[in-house]
Amino acid sequence: MANTPKKGKSKVVKYNKWGYIFLIPFVAVYVVFQLIPLFTTIYNSFFENFLSGLKQIGPNFIGFGNYKEIFTNGDLIKYTTNTLIMWILGFVPQIFFSLLLGAWFTDTRLRIRCAGFFKTVIYLPNLIMAASFAMLFFTLFADTGPINTTMVNMGLISEPYKFLEHAAGSRGLVSFMNFLMWFGNTTILLMAGMLGIDSSLFEAAQVDGATSTQVFFRITLPLLRPILLYVMITSLIGGLQMFDVPQVLTNGKGNPVRMSMTLIMYLNNHLYSKNFGMAGALSVFLFIITGILSFIVFKFSVQDNVDEVKPRRDRNKA
Amino acid sequence: MRQDKQYDVEGGLGLTVRRIIAYIVLILLTFLCLFWFYILFVNASRAHSDLARGFTLIPGGYLLKNWQGVMGGTQPIVRGMLNSFIIAACASVLCVYFSTMTAYAIHVYDFKAKKAIFTFILAVMMIPTQVTALGFIKLVQGMKLENSFIPLIIPTIAAPATFYYMKQYMESTLPHAIVEAARIDGANEVRTFNTISLPMMKPAIAVQLIFTFVFNWNNYFTPALILHDEKKKTLPILIAQLRSADFLKFDMGQVYVTIAFSIFPVIVVYLCLSRFIVGGVAMGSVKG
Repeated sequence: MANTPKKGKSKVVKYNKWGYIFLIPFVAVYVVFQLIPLFTTIYNSFFENFLSGLKQIGPNFIGFGNYKEIFTNGDLIKYTTNTLIMWILGFVPQIFFSLLLGAWFTDTRLRIRCAGFFKTVIYLPNLIMAASFAMLFFTLFADTGPINTTMVNMGLISEPYKFLEHAAGSRGLVSFMNFLMWFGNTTILLMAGMLGIDSSLFEAAQVDGATSTQVFFRITLPLLRPILLYVMITSLIGGLQMFDVPQVLTNGKGNPVRMSMTLIMYLNNHLYSKNFGMAGALSVFLFIITGILSFIVFKFSVQDNVDEVKPRRDRNKA
Repeated sequence: MRQDKQYDVEGGLGLTVRRIIAYIVLILLTFLCLFWFYILFVNASRAHSDLARGFTLIPGGYLLKNWQGVMGGTQPIVRGMLNSFIIAACASVLCVYFSTMTAYAIHVYDFKAKKAIFTFILAVMMIPTQVTALGFIKLVQGMKLENSFIPLIIPTIAAPATFYYMKQYMESTLPHAIVEAARIDGANEVRTFNTISLPMMKPAIAVQLIFTFVFNWNNYFTPALILHDEKKKTLPILIAQLRSADFLKFDMGQVYVTIAFSIFPVIVVYLCLSRFIVGGVAMGSVKG
């Protein structure tokens, strides 16, 4: 670098072309397997294209016909409501216990023993195959399954509670599984946020005689707001993708009477029955919703990262 | 430390009570997390006739018999496991290698489109792949790659979330001085990446290998749309089939063994590596 400025500059330019070369695999694969499918999806949403019995109808261009259809036939609203209800039922206990555990694990006065063990255990369900976990719950909570027989034997209920024949039962099971699978993950994210809070604030509060409850509500929670927002919106995006658990638990039917049918199950049904027009319109709807939510996450939490990317030499000087 | 103790005494009884409550809640949650897997283990080790009679907490001695029953059964479980393993292993290696390479390109070099590309990748990071599934199936059909593992492996090269994690990790561990030193020593760029930078990323690579492996091992939605051939199906598809078959006709002991078969390998690997995993979860999320 120090020899002659001219030589140094040309070298930098020569190196920097490698930036583009190293990006080729990512960009090529992204364009082929994500961008092109996105455009095909949008394109298909404007065509009538399905099987009626054995007869193939279309593809005929019908403009916004598919969109009109999904917004007016009531299914979309119903499945969106189902998805949101099951997400909220899982998310509320999830955020409650995550905040509680996060506060306990990071509390220097409380000093929880075996914290490593507890963290390991609560994170475990997140890695379990959702399809298997749902199948396991299906067998355990079946009408003649162990849970029902035990409860009947103990005299808690007089006859088996048919979980999948009640909206509360099947939605409750799905939400409960979502809660179990995700609260460990949320706890660890919130803990990272709590550990990032300047510890002198806690010390000052202690000196001033604040109770743990006061510290939690007056210091921890307000300072945690950006991370809470991040956790909530990413969880909502994840909730909108809810599929494996209700699909396997209810065998794709969303029992009872499609009360636990989610948006992605609906999409999956259209894809299986090769109703590509409706599947396209539904995909575009989901794309717009998740796009808006992603934008919020991007705006509030990851954009700072992009702004940090400055020309390299400036940073070296600084 | 000294100050801590002082407050401890001050906190006195209140602290003890809070500690007891904390332990009770933690133990209950631990129970809630592990209970299901314990029942699964117990039930997998009991005979169909015993299972029908009722439920106990004591494992039986039928594990091996149930296992043999599954092996001799109609469901190609071992084949499914092998398929899942091939897909997950290839996908995770490719995903992690190329994501690191992409992060390296953004981290080390300066070029015009850098900020635009970085912004773009982060902006699309959260958008789920399900929304492009329709176009993806059409593409795969057009390429005549149905019933092939390729459409489940190659697309993982473009993984924005893994890229982001790697980028975050590089910020803290990969100084530019090292790359420059390698250049002065005469290494070309590819070599610098492979022999100098990659080894420095080992901890992050390990964490991401585990995560992408588990994600692909568990993935159900996309494989179910691509793989229709009985011999090509992965474990989650076979599990879902078990659910859709007339389930009451099955030997329940064998059903439980099949479920256990798909869950326990992950649990064992997780318990061996949990230190890295739990520590690694938070790293890629948000900067405090």
